[in-house]
Amino acid sequence: MTDLLIASIFSENLALAYFLGICTFLAVSERVDTAVGLGLAIIAVQTITVPVNALILNGALVDGAWAWAGLPDVDLSFLRLVAFIGVIAAIVQVLEMTLDRYFPRLYIALGSFLPLITVNCAVLGGSLFMAERQYTVPESLVYGFGSGVGWALAIIAFAAIRERLRYSDMPAGVQGLASAFLVTGLMSLGFAAFARVPL
Amino acid sequence: MANALTRIVSPLIDQNPVTRQILGVCSALAVTTSLDTALMMSLALTTVICLASAIISLIRHHIPHVIRLIVQITIIASLVIVIDELMRAFAFELSRALSVFVGLIVTNCLVLGRAEAFAMRNPVRPSVLDALGNGLGYSLILIVVGSIRELLGQGSLLGVTLLTPVEDGGWFQPLGLMQLAPAAFFIIGLLIWAIRSARADQVEPAQYQLAGDRGRG
Repeated sequence: MTDLLIASIFSENLALAYFLGICTFLAVSERVDTAVGLGLAIIAVQTITVPVNALILNGALVDGAWAWAGLPDVDLSFLRLVAFIGVIAAIVQVLEMTLDRYFPRLYIALGSFLPLITVNCAVLGGSLFMAERQYTVPESLVYGFGSGVGWALAIIAFAAIRERLRYSDMPAGVQGLASAFLVTGLMSLGFAAFARVPL
Repeated sequence: MANALTRIVSPLIDQNPVTRQILGVCSALAVTTSLDTALMMSLALTTVICLASAIISLIRHHIPHVIRLIVQITIIASLVIVIDELMRAFAFELSRALSVFVGLIVTNCLVLGRAEAFAMRNPVRPSVLDALGNGLGYSLILIVVGSIRELLGQGSLLGVTLLTPVEDGGWFQPLGLMQLAPAAFFIIGLLIWAIRSARADQVEPAQYQLAGDRGRG
């Protein structure tokens, strides 16, 4: 479990090793405080959606899941994509309403990021990796939390670097997007180094 | 006719979805370790985006505005499932190599972005042309990055050895880095630099003027 947690945060970082959620990663990293907000929202959504999707996958979609109902040959696993995206959209919506009702301040801070998350590939990607690697429900809870923390860590660090980078004197063509890619590449190199570290 | 041609040609370099609009970057980086996966992904994405734009544009007057995103995602997800199953049936090895990234076409901002920004407001023919152009622009980047990474990382293209590696008695020392994640970021970064050097109008203005420059400028 600890290995899984550490790996999902560092060496298998969703953003820097699997390129998931890079669109949002590049677009919402101009300032550290917005990056922190988005990172927290991702941790929350990822920790909930991955285990819930694991429950749905194991309970209703895998081959033989309906054996108890006298339907041993039913294999609905081709539906997992639609099921996952539906679950993610629904959970984001519920989370948004819950925050609005009980934690209004948090809602104001995170509110505008929540809809973005439905179409963030890191969230769907986390669930798809869970399905592909056949994690159990407790494992998927750890994996969901770890991958969320890893993604948040990456975007906060990246936003902090970008804030400094504004003052640097770069060639005109590198200004902006190209420099963002090059810096992300260097960060990815750093995170990849964790793969060799025994923790 | 000239108009139709512009729709296809302009997303190739000038309005390229990956390097200009930062759409669909996730998958563009992940599947480019070799040219064959890049080609397969390009094919899958171009098919999905063309069909999705056609369908969404066809029913655009019947989609209630409030639930349009859900309708769009459902249409795209259904198309992706079909493509995924087809790929598993006819190209199993490649579909293993692409792993979750075919499924991730659902949340690819390129497909959803074009559906929302263009197909919802335009008739079928221009929508399909726009989708095709963007699909091809995306494919172009994937193919360029995939070729560079496979050639420098393994000395081959589509599995055919072009530069004989040292282990087989040749001279070429494969660059292991090219097969790893950071290389994809570096190559796309350099590619954007190259495009912006050629097309100066795409350069982003500096956010802060340096004190030294002010005197010169």
